[in-house]
Amino acid sequence: MADDHRGSGTAAGLREQRSLVARRGRAERRVYHLLLVPALVLLLVFYVFPVARVLWISVSEPQPGLANYAELASASVLRVLGTTVEICALTTTITVLLSYLAAYAITHSSSRLRRIMLLGVILPLWISVLVRSFAWFALLRRQGIVNAALLQLGLIHEPLALMWNALGVIIGMVHYMLPYGILPLVANMRQIDPALTAAARGLGASPLEAFRRVFLPLSLPGIVASCVLVFIFSLGFYVTPVLLGGGKVVMVTEFISNEIMVVLEWGTGTMLATALVAAVLLLLALLSRVIDVRQLFGAK
Amino acid sequence: MIESAGGATRLSRMGAWLIVCFLLLPITVIVPISLTDRSYLSLPAEGPSLQYFVNFFTSAGWLESFAQSFVIAISAMAIATVAGTLAAIGCWRLGGRVSDAMRFLMLVPMIVPSVVYALGIYRTYAELGLLGTYAGVILAHGVTGIPYVAILVSAALADFDARLDQAARSLGASIAQSLILVLLPILRPAIASGAIFAFIHSWDELLLVLFIGGRAMFTLPRRMWDGIQDTLDPTMAAVAVILLAITCLMLALDLALRRRDI
Repeated sequence: MADDHRGSGTAAGLREQRSLVARRGRAERRVYHLLLVPALVLLLVFYVFPVARVLWISVSEPQPGLANYAELASASVLRVLGTTVEICALTTTITVLLSYLAAYAITHSSSRLRRIMLLGVILPLWISVLVRSFAWFALLRRQGIVNAALLQLGLIHEPLALMWNALGVIIGMVHYMLPYGILPLVANMRQIDPALTAAARGLGASPLEAFRRVFLPLSLPGIVASCVLVFIFSLGFYVTPVLLGGGKVVMVTEFISNEIMVVLEWGTGTMLATALVAAVLLLLALLSRVIDVRQLFGAK
Repeated sequence: MIESAGGATRLSRMGAWLIVCFLLLPITVIVPISLTDRSYLSLPAEGPSLQYFVNFFTSAGWLESFAQSFVIAISAMAIATVAGTLAAIGCWRLGGRVSDAMRFLMLVPMIVPSVVYALGIYRTYAELGLLGTYAGVILAHGVTGIPYVAILVSAALADFDARLDQAARSLGASIAQSLILVLLPILRPAIASGAIFAFIHSWDELLLVLFIGGRAMFTLPRRMWDGIQDTLDPTMAAVAVILLAITCLMLALDLALRRRDI
């Protein structure tokens, strides 16, 4: 019966047709939902669930409650947190200062030079962090290549202590973080219209003044993005601080790992892990007020 | 460009080149160190020697680690590529809140510090009996590789003309046909890039394996890590160069594939 109506142009026929299209659309959406299933299941079972467990253990072992969080005030934890914040803050400051200089030069270069410099920045991003830390290890240790060269040149008479201290950790970390500092700044600076500084100069501003009062304020979002990103990555860093700190500079990630693998203190370990996640989320929330975070991860 | 003559610009450019050199220094220095003819980590004294590469290729332990790393990276790559590509396509077609939530979920592994995930997966695997197994390491590397694939494929889809897919569908192609005959060929370069980065992610990964590797899973990075802690002979530098070489090979492959598809 319905067939008689179809295509007849009556209101009922049209409605029928629309519902058919809608039904087909729904069936199609079901198929596209199915495409999400493998990733969804894998992520929920093998990522979200294990991470949620960590947060849960922090308030349930050894006994339910917030007792683990009282550890935050203990001397050993405070010392580790102090070291972590200090090293991360220093790393971030040095990285962002150097990144600003590099990003400024990159955006103010010809497109060919820009491409070469960017390649030099991006390539290390893909090199294993273990390989890079190990190379620094070979360069910086007491009998390392830097000391050997300086001794041979007669610039020093005693080998310098370049690692197994804060200096070594910071060198290694700055090296790792530089690309993450430079790329957001380049993205930001490329959006600044060069005509603006030119206009300021035309109106009588000195180059320094034009930079300070026009370019610098416009690049502020880039600076914030770069700072927050580098600080976040520094907080969660493990390989480089452990290798170049040599147990002398213990940051929170190494402490957590020791709590779990050596002294089997799941309570303290998971509590600090939870605190770490909280700190990262807080910083990301701060960052999202300045820029679109999704853009940073290429999701938009 | 007129300003490029300015002293400040020239100074910043010099600084930038110094920074680029600083960035490339460790990668360049590791190669001559691996060719040293001395018995400790140093530059060659008399001339280059391949003894530490010979060491590597004649040691059963190192070769086993190489094979393990390779099997794990290939399998993790397969998981990440299939799951990440399908999810990116699904998100693209669905849009709306479902896809926003899914995209966010796929970014989580890039945001949460890996030590936190390492604790969780260690505990979970301890109960499931997956510590020190291929399946365990492959799953952990595969799941954390999904974001790389999803991001690259999503970016390619954002540039893709949706009308091509609609045209195929209105000409009678089924969903599966349009997926296989229209979408996948167009997305191939992005999928290949994603797969390559997922491979490198697993190939270089250390922290997770330290936790979940147990007594049986000694990937190259893990064996190298242990080696640095105890003997520190220049074989480690040879291993570093081998790790580096495979990564560079993969990046070159990515570049070559992209060039061909453009």
